[in-house]
Amino acid sequence: MNNKNEKYEQIVGTDYKYGFHTDVENVYDTGKGISEEVVRKISAMKNEPEWMLDIRLKAYTEFAKMKWPKFGPDLSSVNFDEYIYYIKSSKKTEKSWDDVPEAIKETFEKLGIPEAERKYLAGVSTQFESEVVYHNTLKELEEKGVIFCDTDTAVRLYPELVKEYFSKVVPAADNMFAALNTAVWSGGSFIYVPKGVKLEKPLQSYFRINTEQMGQFERTLIIVDDEASVHYVEGCTAPQYSEYSLHAAVVEIFVGKHGYCRYSTVQNWSNNIINLVTKRTLVKDYGHMEWIDGNIGSAINMKYPACILAGEGAKGTTISIAFAGSEQIQDTGAKMIHLAPNTTSQIISKSICRGGGKVNYRGTVRHAKAATNAKSHIECDTIILDDVSTSDTIPTNIVENDSSYIEHEATVSKVSEDQLFYLMSRGLTEAQAIEMIVMGFIEPFAKELPMEYAVELNQLIKLEMKDSIG
Amino acid sequence: MSKLQIIDLHVSVEGKEILKGVNLELNTGEFHVVMGPNGTGKSTLAATIMGHYKYQVTSGQILLDGEDVLSMSVDERSRKGLFLAMQYPSEITGVTNSDFIKTAMHARLPEGETLPLLKFIRSLDKACEELKMREDLPHRYVNEGFSGGEKKRNEILQMKLLKPKFAILDEIDSGLDVDSLRIVGENVNAMKSSDFGSLIITHYERLLDYIKADYVHILMNGVVVKSGGLELMEKVDKEGYDWLKEELGIDELDEGPNIKGNILGTCAVKDAMDKGDK
Repeated sequence: MNNKNEKYEQIVGTDYKYGFHTDVENVYDTGKGISEEVVRKISAMKNEPEWMLDIRLKAYTEFAKMKWPKFGPDLSSVNFDEYIYYIKSSKKTEKSWDDVPEAIKETFEKLGIPEAERKYLAGVSTQFESEVVYHNTLKELEEKGVIFCDTDTAVRLYPELVKEYFSKVVPAADNMFAALNTAVWSGGSFIYVPKGVKLEKPLQSYFRINTEQMGQFERTLIIVDDEASVHYVEGCTAPQYSEYSLHAAVVEIFVGKHGYCRYSTVQNWSNNIINLVTKRTLVKDYGHMEWIDGNIGSAINMKYPACILAGEGAKGTTISIAFAGSEQIQDTGAKMIHLAPNTTSQIISKSICRGGGKVNYRGTVRHAKAATNAKSHIECDTIILDDVSTSDTIPTNIVENDSSYIEHEATVSKVSEDQLFYLMSRGLTEAQAIEMIVMGFIEPFAKELPMEYAVELNQLIKLEMKDSIG
Repeated sequence: MSKLQIIDLHVSVEGKEILKGVNLELNTGEFHVVMGPNGTGKSTLAATIMGHYKYQVTSGQILLDGEDVLSMSVDERSRKGLFLAMQYPSEITGVTNSDFIKTAMHARLPEGETLPLLKFIRSLDKACEELKMREDLPHRYVNEGFSGGEKKRNEILQMKLLKPKFAILDEIDSGLDVDSLRIVGENVNAMKSSDFGSLIITHYERLLDYIKADYVHILMNGVVVKSGGLELMEKVDKEGYDWLKEELGIDELDEGPNIKGNILGTCAVKDAMDKGDK
């Protein structure tokens, strides 16, 4: 076995730490289409324990029974027979920089992204060259007992933790794409923060090496124990190119009593991607979950980060932006499910559309019978930049007791002509003025991001705006 | 020296003619005051010079050093050296005052030139101090949560930093307390030079305790009915406009423009005073 394994590594030149097993050594991917056989193959190629295979198979059975979502954008372009569900990371690295579309390269250039990072972002390299930073971070984490690795590794090294939490807040049967993800998932982050440990610096997915970063079916699991806190930053604001057109990720987070988790991400997939993500957190007593969720890329994006406020005094926050340009549909929002007394939630959603793009806010806030004295505040604002773009606000607010309340404010507007006149009367061109108004509009989101992300986001929105005004 | 000429200017708002042939000529180094009863087109004149979208010029000309201003976009007019201090400046949420002012200063630099950050901060600090503005002003969002007086001072702050050739001040004195009035007045007056002229629209003589005006024009029913020196203003302040109406044989004043959601408008105090007179 070992000999064969070594031989394999020599041939492929992989740096995959945990190795591959010889019984599948000639197989690089599962081929097109999905079946029980494919699911078994994925599990075998990853050399997974039986219990994970069971989870996958059950999920596949659910998936096969599932119906398409009855809401949201038209997903008829999704053809499950057309996709390859698993490709070994060693094969992925064979992709050449020359295959990356010019437009993406140009954007990297305009954003001034360093060489090493460009390849990573374009999916050419699966590894981000930040080893020094990575090692220091890792050491610090280790000392505190924090676990931070990719989810595949967690299955092998921390099976008890994974078994306890995996698929518990997003069950496979939750929706079609959660079922699909559970059956074929690969990659994603696993984080465990022990009781009372508070991480000051944000954890970034950059620091995680040896993973399949560009995965279509990433599975992230974050467990924040009682009184612990973490800020996790997923991905990056720069455009990410992927040749795989369907992306269906699942993010599950558990926040313990008095725990705190902030999950920041700016999704900026290339415009060939259909991105269907299920993100959900279970928050215990006096815990606090914050989703900072930006949506700029992909052709169709459906994403509604959710908090289940299960313990008394639990708190949920979602601050999001969505930018829909030409031929884009952003169908995003938030969900806050209040199940316990004195729970509070806040949703701030900022949407922008231009060039015929469509941006929808779709949100649910539910105060269950037991959620006495619950409070929710929802703010959705939309700016429509031209006459060909559209936006809908589709809120669902349910109150099942008589001591809680929900405040909902929504505005939809064009760029105000008076504001334009004011800025232009100071010498700003129309394009500069619109840009400034839009940047101000998304400021409540941008100010929540780590500095370097906020700067990059600003540059990016400016680029998008330049396209719109010409 | 620069010259701003307004020649036989006719302006309509929503189909109604407000200005009916205004003629004015300003040189840098001169301060001109425009007075007149409410609704006679003073704010219309100010907004039209800057190119506000609600005002249609039906005939006439505006020339800046011989160049046709009316064919310029709003931002071009600004970069050519025109400035309008507005009665109701817009609020821009999420944009800090310093970012806004920096961008505006940057916009008028020649292509390829940049404004050194330290130099900008120094000039902003100095101007803030001269206007006795709160220290957190650069970090606050543009005009958001500003008091009436702070908004007016913020307009003058921009004027000081953008250094226009001609500034049109549209009732910059309305809603100011005595101290603010003095600060604003002194700062405007300090700008007076051979490179700077101003068209000051006001109801009050008080502002002119601090601003040394050279000429006074009275606008009534959309035309300049009388021009003169400071004595004209003193007379209006004492006697109102009735003597002038008599002299010119005007019985009733035209109704002023009624603009919804206006950023330019009438002065409530003066309104009340007029009604009290009758």
